[in-house]
Amino acid sequence: MKNGAVLTVNDLRVYYDTPAGTVKAVDGVSFDLRPGERLGLVGESGSGKSTMALALMRMHKPPARIAGGEVLLDGVGDVMELDDEGLRRIRLDRLALVPQGAMNSLNPVMRVRDQLADGIRTHEPGDDRDALTARIRAQLARVGLDADVGGKFPHELSGGMKQRVAIAIGTSLSPSVIIADEPTSALDVVVQRQVMETLRSVQEEIGASVLIVGHDMGLMAQIADRMGVMYAGKLVELAPVHDLFTNPQHPYTRLLIESVPTLMAKRALASIPGAPPTLINVPPGCPFHPRCPSAFEPCDSEVPLPTSQNGRVVSCHLYPGEAA
Amino acid sequence: MTAFLEMTNVSKVFSAGIIRRQHTVAVDDVTMTIDEQSPSILAVAGESGSGKTTLARLLLGVIPPSSGEVIYRGQSVDDLSREQRRTYLREIQPIFQDPFESYNPFYKVDHVLTVPAQKFQLAATKQETTRLIHEALDMVGLQPAETLGRFPHQLSGGQRQRVMVARAMLLRPRLIVADEPVSMVDASLRATILESIRRMKQELGISVVYITHDLTTAYQIADNILVMYKGSVVEAGSVEQVIRDPKHPYTQLLVSSIPQPDPSLPWGAEGEIAGDPESMEVAAVGCKFVDRCPVAFAPCAGQRPPLYHEHPSRAAACFRYDDAPTLEGENLDLVFERQLASQPASGSEEQAAN
Ligand SMILES: Nc1ncnc2c1ncn2[C@@H]1O[C@H](COP(=O)(O)OP(=O)(O)OP(=O)(O)O)[C@@H](O)[C@H]1O
Ligand SMILES: Nc1ncnc2c1ncn2[C@@H]1O[C@H](COP(=O)(O)OP(=O)(O)OP(=O)(O)O)[C@@H](O)[C@H]1O
Ligand code: SF4
Ligand code: SF4
Ligand SMILES: [Mg+2]
Ligand SMILES: [Mg+2]
Repeated sequence: MKNGAVLTVNDLRVYYDTPAGTVKAVDGVSFDLRPGERLGLVGESGSGKSTMALALMRMHKPPARIAGGEVLLDGVGDVMELDDEGLRRIRLDRLALVPQGAMNSLNPVMRVRDQLADGIRTHEPGDDRDALTARIRAQLARVGLDADVGGKFPHELSGGMKQRVAIAIGTSLSPSVIIADEPTSALDVVVQRQVMETLRSVQEEIGASVLIVGHDMGLMAQIADRMGVMYAGKLVELAPVHDLFTNPQHPYTRLLIESVPTLMAKRALASIPGAPPTLINVPPGCPFHPRCPSAFEPCDSEVPLPTSQNGRVVSCHLYPGEAA
Repeated sequence: MTAFLEMTNVSKVFSAGIIRRQHTVAVDDVTMTIDEQSPSILAVAGESGSGKTTLARLLLGVIPPSSGEVIYRGQSVDDLSREQRRTYLREIQPIFQDPFESYNPFYKVDHVLTVPAQKFQLAATKQETTRLIHEALDMVGLQPAETLGRFPHQLSGGQRQRVMVARAMLLRPRLIVADEPVSMVDASLRATILESIRRMKQELGISVVYITHDLTTAYQIADNILVMYKGSVVEAGSVEQVIRDPKHPYTQLLVSSIPQPDPSLPWGAEGEIAGDPESMEVAAVGCKFVDRCPVAFAPCAGQRPPLYHEHPSRAAACFRYDDAPTLEGENLDLVFERQLASQPASGSEEQAAN
């Protein structure tokens, strides 16, 4: 394991086989998740973020397949190589997913407490009834919910409450890695802030690392320690959050940040010219070159490799640093 | 002069539970008008479950009000003739949050454009239909050649959403009701889609009801805003007044909770969320926000605050403004700015033109 990372992703590739061709949704992504950190992952819609989040837990479904790479989980080894029993054991216990849209992920005909009990029981069958009840109570309290929420069905809860239940389930066995895919995109800012505070406090309590996928740059700025930016199946930039916002290096990152509106001034909303590529037919060279205002000679033929400098990684010919 | 669409004292109550019946007042006594002469963009904001989608469904005629009336061109939506209802359904078009759910995966995306074109007999010939479809796609910045003939999963989320905007535009509606149209897409696509919605207002004179959690984009594209809390309008007015200078404590909380895209700024003020943020119970009397309000005082628990017209383009339902007159007839039209140009200086237009 490199420099004590909890999770190390090396050259991960996840492809969808479709009649129209192979969609290279995740195409050679590498990064580490450090102990206790919150790593934000943003990027173009359709750039492969959700595909990667699912694949890290081997929860991707056909036609998606792992086309290469490894995902090293501290103390476990390569998740991509585990058998079903091995996977069952690490899910929830070591690696937990809070999926996109809690409304769809909760079982609509099961009470909240039974959904919580399910996960705990499969991993720790020894617990007796009273101990289980106490744990469920404590777990609900941890995410700021009353014990009586345990007796409710999902449709009786508000969006924010459901999202907290999903966090309670995801963290019930104190996993070392939590992967949260757009945990708050359907919620208003007040509830969003509460849910994120909840996630943060649970994370700090159990000492987990979190990978948060999202579109809201404001939220990311507030919650993440480091941020990764994806474009067309590739991680194009990875940097401490402050550096990324104050000094974005990759032209895509810079334009993405410029397109975020603020309350400061009213102006036309700026967007990045051109259309995102289809991942069946990714442009040669740098996938961003048809839209990049800084494109130069090598960009349309040579794929830029990740280079690293001062704790930042960027894949762009403008930064011919040390190979990462 | 009859208005295009009016809501007069509209409420919607949902009842659930067989033994212990529970009533949720999803929309509580809303009065407003959408007229044709001065198209505008109205943002509707408020917490999850505050009734925004219910308000949209009432405007769209998907659900009937429990009390009050929705009036289309002078006639209650309940009493429209078949022919009138058809026009009503064409003139008000929805755009939803998740474009994927609006598609049938087995049909090419063309389907969502050709079916309504035929249903509403937009054109006499096939060529004419095709021309209209191309025009609508152009308007949202999509290349017909790269869009038509594909299946929904072959388009990106943002492309799918823009097809839905094109579809809405194709029908030449007078009003578009967009419920969280951009919460699932990245910032750049968000800008593209919102700019195409703004162009609909400017170039085609279509009014828009823009339901969103995102007060920043509401500020950027809307003229007016209505903030809901547990079914009631707690503050309404021009975006300049309401977002830049919110008066209701709930709106103040909402605005201060906007996460700024700058890691050196704090997220919200420390310790300002009082009470149980998401308790779904509402006291039968008194201000609905009283259990969370940091500045509640004696009158708050006894009576429901009316909307006070404390600024020409803003009203707030809070007793702190009881020096001001109450908003006449609780009619939100009085605070909405009609002629306000929400457009930015023309110099910055090129950026968005793609
Ligand atoms: N079942 C599938 N079959 C074929 N292609 C797919 C499938 N699911 C996803 N894709 C494609 O894979 C790419 C990556 O999709 P993914 O959902 O991972 O993107 P994302 O970054 O999470 O996007 P968003 O921000 O919109 O959620 C997209 O181009 C998408 O069209
Ligand atoms: N069909 C229904 N039956 C019963 N209750 C309903 C129904 N539709 C909505 N409600 C309730 O009405 C209230 C308002 O819901 P609505 O969907 O309008 O809120 P919203 O503001 O759109 O929320 P969100 O931001 O989460 O989309 C909620 O308490 C909701 O549970
Ligand atoms: S490699 Fe070239 S085209 Fe790609 S982002 Fe860098 S400058 Fe632009
Ligand atoms: S009426 Fe009272 S409780 Fe309600 S928002 Fe105003 S001050 Fe707060
Ligand atoms: Mg996704
Ligand atoms: Mg809604």
